[in-house]
Amino acid sequence: MIQLPSIIANTASVVTQLAKYLFVLLILLFVLLDFSYFSRKGQKAKNALVAKQIVIIFIFDTLGYVLCFLHTANLFYILMLGGIYAYLFVTLSGYRMMYPKSSMLLVNNMLMLLSIGFVIIGRLDLAEALKQYVIASGATVLAFLVPVIIRKLHFLDKLTWLYAILGIASLVVVLALAVTSRGAKLSISIGGITVQFSEIVKITLVFFMAAKLTEKDPIPFRDVVITTMVAALHVVILVLSTDLGTALVFFIAYIVVIYVATGKAVYPLAGLLGGSGASVCAYFLFNHVRQRVEAWRNPFYNYDTTGYQISQSLFAIGAGGWFGTGLFLGRPETIPVASKDFVFSAICEEFGGVFGIALILICMNTFLLICNISLKIENRFYKLIALGLGAEYGFQVFLTIGGVTKFIPMTGITLPLVSYGGSSVLSTIILLAIIQGLYILREDEGEERERERKRLGY
Amino acid sequence: MKERNANVSGRDWDTDSESLTEEEIGRDVRKIMNNGRGRPPYPDRQSGRGRRIDEINKTVYTDEGLTSYETPRRELTKEDKKRLKRQEASERRMRRRINAPYTFISYAFVLVFLMLIGYLVYFNIYERDSIQNSPYNKRQDSQTRYVTRGAITAADGTILAETHTDESGKESRSYPYGNEFAHVVGYDTNGKAGLESVCNYDLLASHYNIIDRVTNEFTGQKNPGDTVVTTLSVTLQDTAYSALGERRGAVVVIDPKTGDILAMVSKPDFNPNTIAADWNDIISVNTNSQLVNRAISGLYPPGSTFKIITALSYFQKNATFADFSFDCEGVLENSGHTVHCFDQTAHGHEDFELAFANSCNCAFSQIGLDVGADALRSTAESLLFNQTLPCLLGGKKSSFSLRASDGNADMMQTAFGQGDTLVTPYHMALIASAIANEGVLMKPRFVKRVESIDGNVVSKNDPETFKTLMTRTEADQMKNLMEKVVTNGTGSGLYTDWYSAAGKTGSAEYRREDGQTGTHSWFVGFSNVEDPDIVVAVIAEDSGAGSTTAVPIAREIFNSYYSS
Repeated sequence: MIQLPSIIANTASVVTQLAKYLFVLLILLFVLLDFSYFSRKGQKAKNALVAKQIVIIFIFDTLGYVLCFLHTANLFYILMLGGIYAYLFVTLSGYRMMYPKSSMLLVNNMLMLLSIGFVIIGRLDLAEALKQYVIASGATVLAFLVPVIIRKLHFLDKLTWLYAILGIASLVVVLALAVTSRGAKLSISIGGITVQFSEIVKITLVFFMAAKLTEKDPIPFRDVVITTMVAALHVVILVLSTDLGTALVFFIAYIVVIYVATGKAVYPLAGLLGGSGASVCAYFLFNHVRQRVEAWRNPFYNYDTTGYQISQSLFAIGAGGWFGTGLFLGRPETIPVASKDFVFSAICEEFGGVFGIALILICMNTFLLICNISLKIENRFYKLIALGLGAEYGFQVFLTIGGVTKFIPMTGITLPLVSYGGSSVLSTIILLAIIQGLYILREDEGEERERERKRLGY
Repeated sequence: MKERNANVSGRDWDTDSESLTEEEIGRDVRKIMNNGRGRPPYPDRQSGRGRRIDEINKTVYTDEGLTSYETPRRELTKEDKKRLKRQEASERRMRRRINAPYTFISYAFVLVFLMLIGYLVYFNIYERDSIQNSPYNKRQDSQTRYVTRGAITAADGTILAETHTDESGKESRSYPYGNEFAHVVGYDTNGKAGLESVCNYDLLASHYNIIDRVTNEFTGQKNPGDTVVTTLSVTLQDTAYSALGERRGAVVVIDPKTGDILAMVSKPDFNPNTIAADWNDIISVNTNSQLVNRAISGLYPPGSTFKIITALSYFQKNATFADFSFDCEGVLENSGHTVHCFDQTAHGHEDFELAFANSCNCAFSQIGLDVGADALRSTAESLLFNQTLPCLLGGKKSSFSLRASDGNADMMQTAFGQGDTLVTPYHMALIASAIANEGVLMKPRFVKRVESIDGNVVSKNDPETFKTLMTRTEADQMKNLMEKVVTNGTGSGLYTDWYSAAGKTGSAEYRREDGQTGTHSWFVGFSNVEDPDIVVAVIAEDSGAGSTTAVPIAREIFNSYYSS
């Protein structure tokens, strides 16, 4: 960092003070538009709303990166901002040209969350932001293929065992790594790119469960048992590799899918009971589980060891208060892994608690959009996929934000789209692309029905 | 009709007005479904999958092939339309039934999201301050970039600590009273202690008027931090500080009706103005431990001041002191263990009042044996032994460890304040406060209010009850006993026409570092017995009997209070 002349430094901090309220205003407006979308009548009004959101996203990124530049005098931030513009432009026009029927609201939510990530990661570490940017761009381009695949491949629900085998094989690789590195590594490096398999398995697991549970109607008990066993195998391998957060996400996805597929409350209840039992066992069996619970109950008691991370996180959120310290005026760099698991604390520190709440609302809106697809689509296989993926997304948001705010014990999991982490961003972008694919199917389906209704003349 | 069904693909839809039965419509649709491309309608491309839903939707589903027909060839009758609508309604109901668990899951997750938001709001309202004030939190210090640390003042506004800024913008913290308030006000360099530490957040917050504050923010000027107004009295602190003199020890003065801490002295002390320069000396080999606030963290054997607890326990057990009498020979032997009165004085025949006033160890050994360890323990614990005391500055717990299984020797020693019992001077002051205030302990108060530099109150601590430690009758009885100590007992040094006083002396024996037995001089009591004004607790280390050192110190404090 270059030492700035005091006049520039002063200007920067004045602008930052102003900007912090602007950031809050922008995101609140975004959330408001998010939640008023369905009350807007007519496609025109909806398009106008979406356009406003796009403007907000552009202003947000601009403001964030200009502030970064003012505080560091590093021109690369301006370059990076240009790159972000290009990315936003390609993504927005890509969806409009290739999939005019996709949910533009969902695209906007994705871009807003990514933008928040770009700004806070960029503020913490420009190199990480660049990496995040490259991976997000690649993933988005890759994701453009997903709706076509869903549309054209009619045998996706026949690949039941392929999903299971892919998932378990990947996790076994992770476990082997975890064992050889004593739990320190949950990812594998291929040609310089680190892949965290469990992120990808999130998707295959839901596909497996959805495929298995829609093979026959009504669902034979045997299929329920098979699904349970395969899902349990996933969870157990993850627990053994000490990736507790992802294990919990899988477990919740299983509970949700089995419940909505069968419509019987007894399965999820039994599952939750078993899960609670397993948690208690894990508490007594695994030292790291005990440590996390201990750190949650009393972060300051073990301040120097296990309580350190969560303490720093709480100090950060506390320092931020409602409106934050302003970008670069807090000390989020004192939070361990601030750009990954604790990104929410860093955001709360510099953007403030109100911004944090708005961020949660955007995540909730994204979740509701996914739920909406699952409710409206008719095909049961797709219904299950939509809700299964939605549950994973929603629960992951809960685990990470609840963890860093000490609402629940810390599990060590990323905030989808916002946290730095290639695999996480990739898998979430793909996940949302699958949802887009389903959304497009449903739009087609809705149009068919509308046409038939007209034809029949009532 | 049959014909129409056969031609259901629509090429020549029958226009007759004959109404269709639902079954027939169903058949129609199945035909439609299986017609043309040989695929069931969208989205169910797989036979057998999603069948249930498709059947519900059978009247509206259509094959892609059909979409080429622009207009229906046949008008439906009113009845048909009605039936179709009915069917749509039932289809909607059916879909709702299938979607019920989906809806439930959505709501459950929305609830989870709202809980997250609720917790974040709760955190910002209720938890934030304690997190901000945590001694582990180093982040507060970044505030010093924007705020000049506020002042700490006595109750009357006298400055006890303030920050000066010189022309070059360099800040220095100054403590006009030097060593006098060292422990209670604390310091802000080389770490933090005392009020400087626990009020750090308030001192570094600025509630200066908003316009000036924003102007300062924009011009890069620092805002003035808030002022912490304490309950301390400069006069009483002054008196206590000089009365204790060169002795090691501590003095605590409390207003029993409000819980206000009026003075808190601990010796040996240090000069907070030069602490940075003196730091190496302070923490090096010398074992004065002058940084320790002995008032709240010094654990001492209570000596005879513990007889207050033993007497209360006796009263709680017997509901009267009238039945007690004892003949003191200066020595008492029980189960091979001997106890002595101070200086082996034989007190002769005593009732309870006299035994207390004389501070008779033999009588209290007997009382202890009568009361028993369990009752004494329960009285001690009801008076906050073995518990964290309410104290803004932290401090230590007093400990009472006697158990029924410990035997008579320990029982006797403990009853008159020797044994393993340890107390802080602050704790003894709190017990005396409760006695003075009809059994009710007020929450001890160090900070009256926090105000902005321009005098607006930011936050205020009003006096509040902490806990009722004993009944009013018990408190009155104890008051009476303690008054007799002054009128005709070991505290007669406090007897004056000026004001009435009550209290208990103590001469606590301990083993000195040189192996000899030393005596700590104790006094705890209050003035104006009918309607007590101030409570004083004094300990002077290794200074002989309570009556010779601690009582005169207390007298100076009382005198000072009544002459101002």
